[in-house]
Amino acid sequence: MKRTHIIILIGIVALIVGLLVFSVDFSTYDTINSAKNKQGKFVHLIAKLDKSEPITYDPIKNPNYLSFYAIDSLGGKTKVIYHNSKPGDLEKSERIVLKGKMEVDHFDCQDILLKCPSKYKDDKKMLEKEMEDQTTKN
Amino acid sequence: MIKFEGEHLLPGQIGHFFIILALVSSLISLISYGVASTKADLAQKNDWQRFGKINFIIHFLSIIAVFSIIFFICYNHYFEYMYAYKHASKELESKFLLSCIWEGQEGSFLLWSIWHAVLGTFVIFNKKEAHHTIWKAPIMSVISLAQLFLMFMILGIYFFDVRIGNSPFTLTRNEIIAPIFSQPNYLTFIKDGMGLNVLLRNYWMVIHPPILFLGFASTIIPFGFAYAGLQTKRFGEWVKPAMPWALMSACVLGVGIMMGGKWAYESLSFGGYWAWDPVENASLVPWLILIAGIHTMLIFNATGRSLRASYLFAMLTFIFVLYSTFLTRTGILGDTSVHAFTEAGKAINIMIGLYVLSFAVPIFILFFKHYKKIPAIHTEEETSSREFYMFIGSLLLFLSALFIILITSIPVYSKTPLLKDLIIRIHKGPLAMPQDAEFLYNKVMIMVSIFIGFLTAITQYLKYKNTSRNYLISKIKFPIIVSIAMATLIFIFYPIHFNKHGIGFLVAIYIALFSSIYAAISNIMYISLVLKNNLKPAGASIAHFGFALMIIGMLISSSNKTVISDSKVNGINVPIGKDPMSKKEEDPTENLTLIREVPTKMGDYQVSYIKDSSGHEKGRNFYLLNFEKKDKTTSKVEERFVLQPDVYMMKDNNMSSNPDTKSYLTKDIFTYISFALGKENKEDTTQFKIIEIGEGEKSYYSNGYFELKKVEKNPANSKYKFGENDIALQAEIQFVSKDSMHFDAYPMIIADSLGILQIDDTVYAQNLFVKFAGVSENHKIKIGIKESDQLIDFVTVKSYVFPYINLVWLGLIIMAMGLLMSSVYRAKFSNRLSGLILLMAFIGLFYMFLLAN
Repeated sequence: MKRTHIIILIGIVALIVGLLVFSVDFSTYDTINSAKNKQGKFVHLIAKLDKSEPITYDPIKNPNYLSFYAIDSLGGKTKVIYHNSKPGDLEKSERIVLKGKMEVDHFDCQDILLKCPSKYKDDKKMLEKEMEDQTTKN
Repeated sequence: MIKFEGEHLLPGQIGHFFIILALVSSLISLISYGVASTKADLAQKNDWQRFGKINFIIHFLSIIAVFSIIFFICYNHYFEYMYAYKHASKELESKFLLSCIWEGQEGSFLLWSIWHAVLGTFVIFNKKEAHHTIWKAPIMSVISLAQLFLMFMILGIYFFDVRIGNSPFTLTRNEIIAPIFSQPNYLTFIKDGMGLNVLLRNYWMVIHPPILFLGFASTIIPFGFAYAGLQTKRFGEWVKPAMPWALMSACVLGVGIMMGGKWAYESLSFGGYWAWDPVENASLVPWLILIAGIHTMLIFNATGRSLRASYLFAMLTFIFVLYSTFLTRTGILGDTSVHAFTEAGKAINIMIGLYVLSFAVPIFILFFKHYKKIPAIHTEEETSSREFYMFIGSLLLFLSALFIILITSIPVYSKTPLLKDLIIRIHKGPLAMPQDAEFLYNKVMIMVSIFIGFLTAITQYLKYKNTSRNYLISKIKFPIIVSIAMATLIFIFYPIHFNKHGIGFLVAIYIALFSSIYAAISNIMYISLVLKNNLKPAGASIAHFGFALMIIGMLISSSNKTVISDSKVNGINVPIGKDPMSKKEEDPTENLTLIREVPTKMGDYQVSYIKDSSGHEKGRNFYLLNFEKKDKTTSKVEERFVLQPDVYMMKDNNMSSNPDTKSYLTKDIFTYISFALGKENKEDTTQFKIIEIGEGEKSYYSNGYFELKKVEKNPANSKYKFGENDIALQAEIQFVSKDSMHFDAYPMIIADSLGILQIDDTVYAQNLFVKFAGVSENHKIKIGIKESDQLIDFVTVKSYVFPYINLVWLGLIIMAMGLLMSSVYRAKFSNRLSGLILLMAFIGLFYMFLLAN
């Protein structure tokens, strides 16, 4: 490689890296309880829908308001508010990744990533459940 | 042992045999070609090559057989096979049968190996002298090795306790533990398979995977040539014959990636064609490196420089294809991507890891061993030479690819032993993507696109070695004047409104837009200014023009995309239930609820949800949305169209949404259902209340009064045509609610030979169902009124306007055609063959991207 190349290369890399360092705030994966300790910070929660609590979504009143409760494997629990429409398969999901910020009394969610059995056919446990559902109903 | 009834075990056994045959023949082919490539003696070499050829053909036929048997099993719904149970179902339309096959890991591995085999066959039957004696053996050994690994992935044989690969012919009863499998007649209980994921029931899912996999598979050829260069120590000779392959690969891979984008745009509710999802990124990265490689290879052909870089890029392209396999198929992206595969078991993950490493490690060892011997020119190139700027451009593409893959690999870091702990210590928790992940990519890539735009605009006008200043200025002054004029016009008449990330980013968008316009104009003018309208060598200019056009389309359609279903600008949906704690101004309110038959303002349109209707497939429901645009002063309807977005309602009220788009030349109106009621919610138990009423009389309902205006016999309307002998009565009733809104209803009663038919009408806004129940003794009319306390019928929609999105597709087609033109030009095909290939490709692409759907 030539000297001129190297100079330009370094310039470009510096520009990109500079931009990155300057403005990126990478997030973390958290449990509900650890997220409660960093209120207002953007985090990723790996949780589950709490099926014992009601899901509130009344699209006639406000199609951009959904609330439900999430629990995680370490026993944390929080109310979740999502200002968007209800994802189609929320009730069926086995695992949800919630992106957003923990507030005083709820988790202000900005994005939901769902893991649903119908989409995840390679998971043996899901398949067994599906098979059982299908064959016992008949 | 239970004797199971009704199973068809023979196809599976035959299929399994062919998998083993394919595996063994690829192994023998690997050995034969491996040995052949070490033989200097031509007679010996030919013997080994002939043996390799026979084996490779056996291998090819075997995988075709395996594929056909899987198809047969899915087609016949043999649910005793796991693959059919998991991916097929009886209600599935037969056009999606192929999609079933590549929905699963096994099927997509098979698809990949079929393309390798097809390409391998082209390599085998290439009759050119140099090709036969030098390149064939090493390239075929690379392909055979890849095939060997792919066959292991679908082998499904136990070595001690570990199962190597997952066979597509495993039996359901061996894979799933459930009580029914203890009964001999278990198959009678399995009524249907799980079927194809509804998201994949789209015609793009029939065509996108094969094209993308052809793109992936074709990157093995430049890799094979690079290996052949090192193996034969003919370090520079491979570049020329590899060139047409590399160009073809860039064309197919580029098209394959964007087909995925078109699918996402048309059938997913992501609201766009690109979301910087890890799976998308993983396929983009090899393409970027391949493009970088094509440019360094061109430099080498013209000047003898950049050979080492060409090696590196040709190698890395395929290695990153393998790496993307690793990312998408090992389940490592599970928490970050919406469409990665889930983990298919530790054994298969190790196999995939081995596959990546068996290519990456040896080729790099070989590369560094011979690094010093690879010819290089040690003087500096002139800064006025074409090769200098081409090299800078290649480096930039390569660095941007590295940047994308470094960010995309974040989930990998958190699973790498030591690194994981280090991250947790520094970052105070496992690393996750930032709040606005898209912006992280966009702000870097917009810088890249600015530089790439200027480089593509100017570099073609430079000559190799060096260029005189006067020549350059005389050639580029015209394009630059035209570009400045055009850009100015756009900035004045069609400004960008994208303030989400501040003025700095907006300026960057403007600069990128200018540089892309400049690139487009400069390249199209190059054809007349320099090439004197000779189109044969114009492939590069056309590809650059297409690329620039695509970037222009991306910049405009993304920056000026508007949400028209914004409930804030709408009078009807006042957000009542908002949470005072968290409701902030900048919260997205992109969903709008449309109550049936109540026109609602959306952007320039009055939109009404007319009705829903079911489709062919189980659970699929279409929603008829009527869009009307009225003239502001005369309120005459200027324009009217109907969109029918649809939803798959699955059990438990889960839904999956498919958008519908109204396409204009200059914009798309993209609408999808973000929430809809399940069928069971609509069932109504309230009874009709019968009221006897005469013409002109009034009566009351809970929210106001109504008047029977008149009763008409055999009314003339567009829906029904009545003859002389028909007896049909239509009542015209006007409802006036307490807030003095007027609603009309027209219930009907028709008596014919078949009996009496009542056609009810509805006033959704008042939750009313109105029935013409009959005529009473005293010539009064019996009107049935039902006031439903059930939820009123509605849908919640999201609607966007994407301006100038057709530029993206058009640019892509032009770019692909340019790449293909260069490819056939360099492959020295006859004029007739070249013309035929180009024509077919153009018709196919144009139809798929701009006409279909």
